[in-house]
Amino acid sequence: MDAMVRELSYAQAIQEAMAIAMEMDERVFLMGEDIGVYGGAFQVTGDLVERFGTERVIDTPISELGGAGVAVGAALTGMRPIFEFQFSDFATLAMEQIVNQAAKMRFMLGGEVSVPVVMRFPAGSGTGAAAQHSQSLEAWLGHVPGLKVIQPATPYDAKGMLLAAVADPDPVMIFEHKLLYKAKGPVPEGYYTVPIGKADIRREGRDLTIVATSIMVQKALDAAAVLEAEGIDVEVVDLRTIRPMDKQTVIDSVKKTSRLMCVYEAVKTLGIGAEVSAMIAESEAFDYLDAPIVRLGGAETPIPYNPELEKATVPQVPDIITAARDLVKGVR
Amino acid sequence: MGTASKAVADSRANLPFVYRQYSAEQLKHVLYKMYLIRRFEEGAEDSYTRGLIHGTMHLSIGQEASAMGICMPLGEDDQITSTHRGHGHCIAKGAEVKRMFAEFFGKTTGYCKGRGGSMHIADVAKGNLGANGIVGGGIPIAVGAALSSKMMKTGKVVVSFFGDGANNEGAFHEALNMAAVWKLPVIFVCENNGYGMSTSTARSTAVKNIADRAAAYSMPGVIVNGNIFSEVAEASYKAVERARAGEGPTLIESKTYRHRGHSKSDRNRYRTKEEIEDWMSNRDPITLFENELREFGFIDDKGIEAIRVAVAQEIADGIEFAKASPSPHVSETGNYVYTEQA
Ligand SMILES: Cc1ncc(C[n+]2csc(CCOP(=O)(O)OP(=O)(O)O)c2C)c(N)n1
Ligand SMILES: [Mg+2]
Repeated sequence: MDAMVRELSYAQAIQEAMAIAMEMDERVFLMGEDIGVYGGAFQVTGDLVERFGTERVIDTPISELGGAGVAVGAALTGMRPIFEFQFSDFATLAMEQIVNQAAKMRFMLGGEVSVPVVMRFPAGSGTGAAAQHSQSLEAWLGHVPGLKVIQPATPYDAKGMLLAAVADPDPVMIFEHKLLYKAKGPVPEGYYTVPIGKADIRREGRDLTIVATSIMVQKALDAAAVLEAEGIDVEVVDLRTIRPMDKQTVIDSVKKTSRLMCVYEAVKTLGIGAEVSAMIAESEAFDYLDAPIVRLGGAETPIPYNPELEKATVPQVPDIITAARDLVKGVR
Repeated sequence: MGTASKAVADSRANLPFVYRQYSAEQLKHVLYKMYLIRRFEEGAEDSYTRGLIHGTMHLSIGQEASAMGICMPLGEDDQITSTHRGHGHCIAKGAEVKRMFAEFFGKTTGYCKGRGGSMHIADVAKGNLGANGIVGGGIPIAVGAALSSKMMKTGKVVVSFFGDGANNEGAFHEALNMAAVWKLPVIFVCENNGYGMSTSTARSTAVKNIADRAAAYSMPGVIVNGNIFSEVAEASYKAVERARAGEGPTLIESKTYRHRGHSKSDRNRYRTKEEIEDWMSNRDPITLFENELREFGFIDDKGIEAIRVAVAQEIADGIEFAKASPSPHVSETGNYVYTEQA
């Protein structure tokens, strides 16, 4: 029998996943800044401290490097920590432990250990929080072998991928777009997982493949709905995992549509779009391309405070529509 | 510097530091600026509620004596690094509220031309090297500014403001150590308002007083009541003298309290109403200073009223200025990423 499905917000779905993980496995615990009585800066942990107590929902001091390192050490020695960064931007303070330690420990020790840590990063712009609280740094971590990096785009995936991350024996980094936290969607009760490393075709189409990540998935779907009325049939691939990337799903889609556009919020150059484009250029799908590949990404600037400028620095639905139209009609 | 005559000075001999050190005009101006900080933040809060300002903001209401006291002995050439809770520091160091409002409204006339907002407010011309979105981010930067001062022999003293929460970041410890080893002209000012967001110092910090940590870096650690202007100013004065004399850094812990929540998204579940109420009604820094000024005969009720009226006018004018100022154009999104070169 199917589990009961309810409408939950993305934040509620994550909270439910963490609660299930803690109920199922006493090694699972939460660490982060103000995740206890405050409920987390974005109310993702909410009231979990009341259910699980301060021993398993641990407020750390404001010590990102140390905190992340403690989580890595606990994971190395048998626990299953889920570490919340208050903003993904503060990963920069903890890079040492993430990149030099968590990612490489198993390799350096010849497979004698593993580091089953989960780290959660509220990411992205759109809240008026300016340059140091609005970045999309997932590609930084995506560049590091040893890490798995995921970007769930829906409440359903947020829950299922978090549970998959907790079950995973290696470090998993989850980038959660802050503007998604209040987005609602169907979420089944109980335990289920959504595999890491599998993309999802969110809309089938014949004319153009849009590979999107995180909040851009919904924007791409919104654009596709408008384009449909114009006779342009868009396929939307939700990448979901950026490391390890599901190449085959993208290749198959491009072979079908012969056109590729990548849409993501992070700074356009040297990022996910470059990786997906190069991967296609290296694959058998290259011969199928009818037009140059298009990337829509963030502007080459830090995120500004002024709201109009802030919006202008990341792709919006009209930008996707215009770019898709030009691509399909062969306008360069 | 005090401008008081000998007779006046003698009559003040038993009064606290600032009343011996500074003129009545200077002290009245301090009261003016404390009100300016308070009303600026109330004005910003009100504008936020009305949707004129977006994002979030961190109000320092209740901490005005700390900002003013620390900046009192600083000259215009001296520099500060500030924090996410930095409006008071900015005004205390000499910023104009109209350009601060303009920044909050995202306008080109703002101190950061609408790019930074509340969390990055700065006034470089007046020596404020900027608020900071990163807890502890400004501490090593202040040490770097102090290194410049020493290497370039400018004689500048640098103050780094930060909160109690910041003293658990690695940057704090690394910065204090270097400042002490190199005897740099920097003053570390921990504004301990009891909490880093929801986490009390008792739950986050292994020492009872942040100032205790000074011992680990061989510098003086001074604790002051951050709500008493004179106490803060005296400690700052001594630390500035020490820094200018080439004797190195000081850590000042200014114990204070923020009346408002951490930011605009605080449910205030970690403090009791009684605690907040006690600080607001019994230890408000502006009330305490105003009462002293009155008691010692530096000002009367009419003088206080005049200050309040003048501050209200400056705030109203500042908001009008901000509203009337132009927004940057979206074509200018790429400006200032790199230095413009001819
Ligand atoms: C490196 C970093 N970690 C976390 C935050 C989120 N944050 C902003 S202010 C704050 C509390 C800071 O507390 P404290 O230093 O005591 O300053 P206060 O807010 O009390 O003035 C936190 C956790 C941040 N901005 N930067
Ligand atoms: Mg504090």
